[in-house]
Amino acid sequence: MEKQPILQIEDLYKQFPVTRTFVDRVKRSPKQVVHALDGISFSVAQGEILALVGESGSGKTTVGMNVLGLQVPTKGYILFDGYNMADWAMGKLKSRKNGDELSRLSKRKQILALRRRAQMVFQDPYESLNPRQTIWEIVVEPLEIHDLGLSADEKEARVRAALEDCGLAPADHFWNRYPDELSGGQRQRVVIAGALVLEPELLVADEPVSMLDVSIRADILTLLQSLRKTRNITILYTTHDLATAGYFTDRMAVMYLGRVVEIGPTAEVLKEPRHPYTQALVSVAPVPNPRKKRKRMILQGEVPNPIDVPSGCRFHPRCPIATDECKITDPPYVKITSKHKVACLKTLSVD
Amino acid sequence: MNTLEVHDLSINYLTNEGIALNAVDGLTFSLEQGRSLGLVGESGCGKTTVMLSLMRLLPEAGRIVDGQILFNGRDLLQISERDMQSVRWKDISMVFQGAMNALNPVRTVESQIVEVLQLHNIIDSTRDARKRAGELLELVGIPAKRGSQYPHQFSGGMKQRAMIAMALACNPQVLIADEPTTALDVMIQAQIIELLEKMQRLLGLSLVLVTHDLGVVAEMCDDVLVMYGGTVAEYASSDVIFNNPQHPYTQRLLKAFPDIAEPGSDLASIPGNPPRLDNLPPGCRFEPRCHVGKGEPICLKQLPPLVEIEPGHHVACHLVKGV
Amino acid sequence: METQNRIWTTFRKKPMALIGMSMLAVTLIMAFFAPLLAPYDPNERVDVTPSDILAPPDARHILGRDDAGKDVLSSLIYGARVSLIVGFVSSFFSMFIGTSVGLAAGYFGGRVSNVLMRFTDFLMVIPDLPLMLVIISVWGRGLWKIILVISVLYWTYTARLVRSQVLSIKERQFILRAHALGASDFRIIIRHILPQVMPLIIAQAVLDISSSVIAESTLSFLGLGDPTLVSWGMMLNFAFERAISRKAWWFLLPPGIAIVWVSLAIILIGNALEEVVNPRLKTHHLFNPRNMVSLAIGKPPLVEPESTSEVIP
Repeated sequence: MEKQPILQIEDLYKQFPVTRTFVDRVKRSPKQVVHALDGISFSVAQGEILALVGESGSGKTTVGMNVLGLQVPTKGYILFDGYNMADWAMGKLKSRKNGDELSRLSKRKQILALRRRAQMVFQDPYESLNPRQTIWEIVVEPLEIHDLGLSADEKEARVRAALEDCGLAPADHFWNRYPDELSGGQRQRVVIAGALVLEPELLVADEPVSMLDVSIRADILTLLQSLRKTRNITILYTTHDLATAGYFTDRMAVMYLGRVVEIGPTAEVLKEPRHPYTQALVSVAPVPNPRKKRKRMILQGEVPNPIDVPSGCRFHPRCPIATDECKITDPPYVKITSKHKVACLKTLSVD
Repeated sequence: MNTLEVHDLSINYLTNEGIALNAVDGLTFSLEQGRSLGLVGESGCGKTTVMLSLMRLLPEAGRIVDGQILFNGRDLLQISERDMQSVRWKDISMVFQGAMNALNPVRTVESQIVEVLQLHNIIDSTRDARKRAGELLELVGIPAKRGSQYPHQFSGGMKQRAMIAMALACNPQVLIADEPTTALDVMIQAQIIELLEKMQRLLGLSLVLVTHDLGVVAEMCDDVLVMYGGTVAEYASSDVIFNNPQHPYTQRLLKAFPDIAEPGSDLASIPGNPPRLDNLPPGCRFEPRCHVGKGEPICLKQLPPLVEIEPGHHVACHLVKGV
Repeated sequence: METQNRIWTTFRKKPMALIGMSMLAVTLIMAFFAPLLAPYDPNERVDVTPSDILAPPDARHILGRDDAGKDVLSSLIYGARVSLIVGFVSSFFSMFIGTSVGLAAGYFGGRVSNVLMRFTDFLMVIPDLPLMLVIISVWGRGLWKIILVISVLYWTYTARLVRSQVLSIKERQFILRAHALGASDFRIIIRHILPQVMPLIIAQAVLDISSSVIAESTLSFLGLGDPTLVSWGMMLNFAFERAISRKAWWFLLPPGIAIVWVSLAIILIGNALEEVVNPRLKTHHLFNPRNMVSLAIGKPPLVEPESTSEVIP
């Protein structure tokens, strides 16, 4: 029997109200809303590495924030290990299963339990560390917050293990330093170590290498990949760079304006993209070889404002193969294979 | 005669205590009319410093201590500041990094282009200048009537295009673009690259593209200069750099780039960190991280000279044999 | 800690800071060693003859005598104590209140912020001095009463300052990370936000000392000071009433100059400190001129004939 996926996202909607100015109120202009996520559904198996690929406005970061319970969905739900994430993040889990420990805990303890199991790695290594804390303080802080009843020696061992697993060895060399004494790549490793010290099961990595030099990216990505082997961590990797997604992820979900337009095994999606948007993205991804010039499908215009989502298929204004039908019909998912889905009216269900 | 020729450019930075740290050493390249050069390197390699020095816009602590910058045969380092001012923007122009934030938020986009035109005495009458501004905006793919809008009404990609329009206002011969595609979405990046290529073809522009993104360089540059630790590692045509790199750094750098056509293939990282200006290795700057020359006596002692190992292919490495 | 060191190093190089600190040092020594420095004890009863009243300076009384025949210099020296105590203590209390209000309002926002800020505005709008006068007149005189009254009215500026800083710090990514780790609000405020605001708070607190000193002097001048203690304000009070007609400048000038001296010292220190810690100013301790491309067109490239560079090995 197939194991239940560790993460299940069902029909997730997330809207942000647009702040109204006084003039808006006087004019009684209609309330506007940012449709950050407009109906996302997918699941992630334990130990899987899923890439969320998209440009700005696609909603990829918002998915990460909701998956970790740092934001609350407007509609739909997220199940983490079978528990409703929104409830859990607020400590409001009620008893469901028999002998269910979790729901009997106090609100604060529930929240702490969640945070122990699901962690995040951030995009900007220069901003995600408190400049006034030493590396030791940064990595030990999660242990202090969660009060796991560890002795001082045990804490030291955990911090050392986390730092050294992330390539910052010997740990003593680093833990008295301050973040500004370390390079971008080292800082990012500290962030990862801080997340690992709690031994989480799920890691959301939000564009973790986009601000790092190219020659260090590989190391960080390899590190993330190795976490699956050593600690069986499930990873949700957000990026706008298709190529890095291609390097180490199992499955890829391409997002556009709050929807997943294509999802499938990474190699398959990259080699044979079916959605016109994916095809365009793959075609313009820079290839470091002037001999391999391929035909670039450069889309005109820009991603529309998520406040005004186009009718029908949201991609139709920029789609090179859009027809009238695309302007009125919101495409359902078409199965290419059992694992590969595309949301496009022009895709024929083959294979 | 080449449009732009740089010989042995060396630049130092003075610390607060007055000690000189070497940021760029022995930079040499040439740029022909209508061609594009990619200046590639990671953070701290000195490419921004080189770029600024081409326009003599170094920060207060920077000092050019050696070399020549020949623009159409004229050494820009020897002319007066007054003469340099007429070179800036008119002959050599620049699109800055983070250009999106370089537009004045309280003035319309059009008025800022008009200002450039009037300031450099290209066009005097405001009406003609506005018309020209509209033409420039259309040239970069922005409808002319949007010129009367304010920068905050423009998206990131459009602001970048507006900056390119401003840089082209005085019809320069050379355009220096500093990381023109960083911080932009992939599709917008492609649009901007396409735009720069179009400008090159249409206006016969010579382009210096400063970036850390090898993919962009492969896409549009004729020649590539790879910098490391303030020195030239390798300088050759794009085809040679990508298909026959000789310098160990270039080789490793290429391997660090994920190829979208081969998903899952091995990716390399270069261990260690780029050298700090106040702690430069005495010999080759790449030696501590070099998989070929680490520990080699000559690499430890001497800065390798830039040698033309075959026509058009320059490498600075002791352990590469000339052809 | 790195930042503290950097702040200190930048700070102590400023001339303003050095002058201010020396001036303050003089005052502190005066206050601390008053019993040793003052030739007489101002609280001691003295037998005076009419000619001793408002006597001009002579060998035994360098600054002459006051309206009660006592030595002006001694009173001056002892007066430093009151000014400094009120100054420092009030400022400390204000800092505490203002910071708490600012942190809470900034971090929690919403209704909490509205209530706190409206209250702060309310206090800011009322003229300080008349309110202080009213409170002291009704409540009674005394050193601690003065300290409390000043503290309770002077925290508003700090509160606003802290709140606006917290609003921007709150959005930074390391705060999001702290949330993601499960940190409680209290921990985030105290361990992550407060250290970032601390330098500004201290700079403001230093300036508040100066305001407090002047506030105390004003209250004493108006006759509402602590009658059991010698204070510069009070000296001014008596001098104003009695010394002017007799042209006894030695009684009128010294306390006034002393008040200005202390205020100035503290303002110099406070300003220098603020320059160092204010992130918007160029002299900020983390400012690195190399990171700024100063498009200072007009600077020659200084092509030196020979390479005079010294590369540090």
